[in-house]
Amino acid sequence: MADLAHSGGVHEAHHPKLQHHFEDLDQQREASTLGMWLFLVTEIMFFGGLFCAYLIYRGASFDAFAEASRSLDLYLGGFNTAVLIGSSLTMALAVWAAQVSKRKALIVFMILTIVLGAVFLGVKVIEYSGKFAHHHVPGDSFEWAPPYGDPANEAGTEMFFSLYFAMTGLHAAHMIIGMGFLAYLLIPAWQGKFNADWYNPVECFGLYWHFVDIVWIFLFPLLYLIGRH
Amino acid sequence: MFPEAASTFAGEVDTLYFVWIAVSLFFSVLIAAFIIFFFMKYRRREWYQYGNQAEVKTLPLEITWSVIPLIITLAMFAWGAKVFFDLSRPPVDADAYYAVGKQWMWKFQHPEGVREINDLHVPVGRPIQLTMTSEDVIHSFYVPAFRVKKDVLPGRYTTVWFEATQPGRYHLFCAEYCGTEHSRMIGSVYALSPEDYESWLATGVAGPTLQASGEELFEQFACATCHQVGDGASVDATRLARGPALRGLFGTEVALASGRTVTADESYIRQSILNPQADIVAGWQPIMPTFKGQVTAEQVNALVDFIKSLDGEPAGVPGLGEDLREGAVPALQAATDSVDELEGNRPDAG
Amino acid sequence: MTTHAAAAPGSNYLTNGFSLKSWLLTKDHKRIAILYMISITVFFVLGGLFAFVVRLELLTPAGDLMEADTYNRMFTMHGVVMIFFFLIPSIPAVLGNFLVPIMIGAKDLAFPKINLASWYLYNIAGVITLAAIAMGGVDTGWTFYTPFSTTYANGYVVLTVVGLFINGFSSIFTGLNFIVSIHRMRAPGLTWFRLPLFIWGHYATSLVIMLGTPVIAITLALLAAERALHLGIFDPALGGDPILFQHLFWFYSHPAVYIMILPSMGVISEIISAFTRKKIFGYHFVAFASIAIAILGFLVWGHHLFVSGQSIYAGLVFSVLSMLVGVPSAVKVFNWMATLYQGSISRQTPMLYALGFIGLFTIGGLTGVMLATIGLDVHVHDTYFVVAHFHYIMVGGAIMGYLGGIHFWWPKMTGRLYPNFWSKLSAGLVFVGFNLTFFPQFILGYLGMPRRYWSYPDEMQVLNVLSTAGATILGVGYAMPLFYLLWSLKGGRVADDNPWGAYGLEWETSSPPPTENFLHDPVVTGGPYDYAELERKRG
Repeated sequence: MADLAHSGGVHEAHHPKLQHHFEDLDQQREASTLGMWLFLVTEIMFFGGLFCAYLIYRGASFDAFAEASRSLDLYLGGFNTAVLIGSSLTMALAVWAAQVSKRKALIVFMILTIVLGAVFLGVKVIEYSGKFAHHHVPGDSFEWAPPYGDPANEAGTEMFFSLYFAMTGLHAAHMIIGMGFLAYLLIPAWQGKFNADWYNPVECFGLYWHFVDIVWIFLFPLLYLIGRH
Repeated sequence: MFPEAASTFAGEVDTLYFVWIAVSLFFSVLIAAFIIFFFMKYRRREWYQYGNQAEVKTLPLEITWSVIPLIITLAMFAWGAKVFFDLSRPPVDADAYYAVGKQWMWKFQHPEGVREINDLHVPVGRPIQLTMTSEDVIHSFYVPAFRVKKDVLPGRYTTVWFEATQPGRYHLFCAEYCGTEHSRMIGSVYALSPEDYESWLATGVAGPTLQASGEELFEQFACATCHQVGDGASVDATRLARGPALRGLFGTEVALASGRTVTADESYIRQSILNPQADIVAGWQPIMPTFKGQVTAEQVNALVDFIKSLDGEPAGVPGLGEDLREGAVPALQAATDSVDELEGNRPDAG
Repeated sequence: MTTHAAAAPGSNYLTNGFSLKSWLLTKDHKRIAILYMISITVFFVLGGLFAFVVRLELLTPAGDLMEADTYNRMFTMHGVVMIFFFLIPSIPAVLGNFLVPIMIGAKDLAFPKINLASWYLYNIAGVITLAAIAMGGVDTGWTFYTPFSTTYANGYVVLTVVGLFINGFSSIFTGLNFIVSIHRMRAPGLTWFRLPLFIWGHYATSLVIMLGTPVIAITLALLAAERALHLGIFDPALGGDPILFQHLFWFYSHPAVYIMILPSMGVISEIISAFTRKKIFGYHFVAFASIAIAILGFLVWGHHLFVSGQSIYAGLVFSVLSMLVGVPSAVKVFNWMATLYQGSISRQTPMLYALGFIGLFTIGGLTGVMLATIGLDVHVHDTYFVVAHFHYIMVGGAIMGYLGGIHFWWPKMTGRLYPNFWSKLSAGLVFVGFNLTFFPQFILGYLGMPRRYWSYPDEMQVLNVLSTAGATILGVGYAMPLFYLLWSLKGGRVADDNPWGAYGLEWETSSPPPTENFLHDPVVTGGPYDYAELERKRG
């Protein structure tokens, strides 16, 4: 984008990625990293509302939540957890590759991260379609019957699945947005723009990706493990 | 310019209000006077003139004007809390009335069985406790002359109490926005002298009392099939109880299967009728069907009133806080097993 | 501070490109502030019209001017537009965007692109909400209480909620920019305690924006999901809890009123210091009071639920915490008052606004502490007493601050001065009209007139008529600046760099400032509001 508001102030020659209102690259990096951390704080508050609702309703319909939780597929969930932790690793390696100016490694790790994210979402699609097939989607057609559990728990389990879809849905939306952004970052990565001097976008995106991962680390026990003793 | 004061705590609330007004006036006038005085006295004469730049010790002043408001605030808080306790704690001998809010009307049930729409007749000099619920959205029961207000919620009971002191007709408002006709969800509270109230009752539609209709419903739905209502002496011990006994239950602490303990209040009884699976009493199987959709809000009120009236010694059947671990009470184990056979329920292995 | 030669005339941010594109794609914080000012003014006029319709209906006890449903939509739109599209963004997005970088001696905010995106999101959100209004509006009240909003309301709830959700991002972007800029972009020598109080106010506000806005975002998202997709988070039929919605909603929406008032307090500090030519008395205390209010603001949301059936003890805790907010607020008022003492008080328009602010904010604050007194709140909750109280804070506080700030920095933003007579007259009309509008509502509230009523008992008519009369005067007072400020762009006297003789980095650059704010990078050597130094410079 052309910098239309730039009056062409007196600057010495400097790094092409240094924006005009920063003194130097260090200040720019500090600012963008702090900005990303602050944004993640807002994200925590955003998911926090859901966690708060979850805690309250789990206390209110304890048995129904345990029963509904047992109906989820632990193997799919566990596999997804492993996939996502793996994608966090590849993302961390991508940031490292950018920091040491390894262009090829950077591209490979970024693509790996996208692939792992896609695998995660693919498994999610399988899980969701199962929910639709079993009428476990909240709404008028919701049914709670054997073999899953006791029809008497219908209201509580419907609440559980409302929260399940809200939480995993929002988490998946964060994944999709993240993958889109990572694909967009592939262009400058391909052009070799990221190097030891300047790698802010990769680093900030890495922070975001780890955050999404951590949210899942909380969601997995709350949704999949909580009813199993 | 000032609302009527027609209940026992109207005076209390008004006193608190007037003292607050006095405090507010004092500070507002003080600040305004200072501002106007400084504004007049320290007027800038020359364009380049500067104010007094001398460094002053600020700390003593800052502490003073932090601590004084703090003390006033805390004192007023304590007073407000006391008033709130009076407002929130009904006397034990209060008459139990019921109210149901729905878009956009109030339905009241008297303990004597009379029902009213949008009007509420109450005797002067008697504490009245209203137990309220909503059939749709959140409403709020508000009588300015009594200085009482309480939200009316769907899916649970809230209570409010007052004691009228002046005979008269008072506004009743819905104070929580509830839709199109929110401002028409109004009515009147008529406070009548006890004699007038009696004669008003006599002219009213003399239906069965709330408790009696509750008893009738109890029979109609055959609740006694599972819930004993006799007292300890009259319970037939050989008879199989499939659910907790109800006599003497109201107001006691109930141990639940989930390990929690709840107080058996109006909300709990209502919940147990409409959503029996939510709070299973420890030691009992979750076999009670829901009565949601089979009973109206008013009928639930009647049932609750009937169960409240069952005082006396609890019947000697397990289920009220005894040791209920598997096998602790052999009779109980036998009973639950036979129930399982009857109902085709497998005991939960969890 | 270092001095600068005034910029050569004709090279400022306004003359840096005249095409529409140079405005719509600008990343210059000053131009974005002007864009925001235009958008916000449109919404302010709109919200004001809704308010006027509401007041007109309330002239007579019977609901005769319009249908009840129409009336409900009118007060809902008034609330939604005024709160989300005027009060919350007004001072931060206009004055904050313009001044925060200049006051910290930076060339721009940390993230200029995000800043521009914020304005676009604000407008997109505004258009979506306006579309909902144009199609027939929404009738839930601005509080969207469930289950009414999810099941029973018959307006465009989901569309409105989507608009507010997007608007939340615009708010978050602004807050994010301010915090990062204040942390990372300060000029050399500008330590935390050399920052103007305007910056402290905006810093505190940004904290509240960052921590609060996401919570309402998720709450509204769940509300929309429940209405559109029948997820059942708040539905009592599923064992959901409508009160949970109120807790989540007020967890943001109470701090939101501090988003409105904290920047306004910052503006008032700047104005009072400038027009008394004195350092603000107890600078550190005023700065920390801002932070204290921001923190306490997150601990008081339950005072909106005193009569909702929450536990008595929760009510007591929220009551005492809410009352504690009164202490830092009082500290601020007393410090401003002490600043006037032995000052050199000039009677310019911004000063009139500032003094009006102190008076109205005092009344608003005291009635707020009254409302926090739990035993009293039971009677006045959801009545016009509450309406009067928060209008004293939001209109008497936030809007007085906004208008005062606009009048104070107008010469800096545009390089022109406005006519004195008209601006003082307008300030006077606003003050008188405001009090006439909202003071009767305190009495109405104690009489027991509930909020959001379209018809009311006959005995309440006199006070309602007074209130509507006041609203008319207030409307005239608000309309006047539109005319004389626009006129001043062409016909006003040209302002010099420091027309008020005030102290601060923004007065050391030209009016209007150059695109990069300063011709030479500023280096700060002294504390804030150091008028003694200014005097020495005059020689």
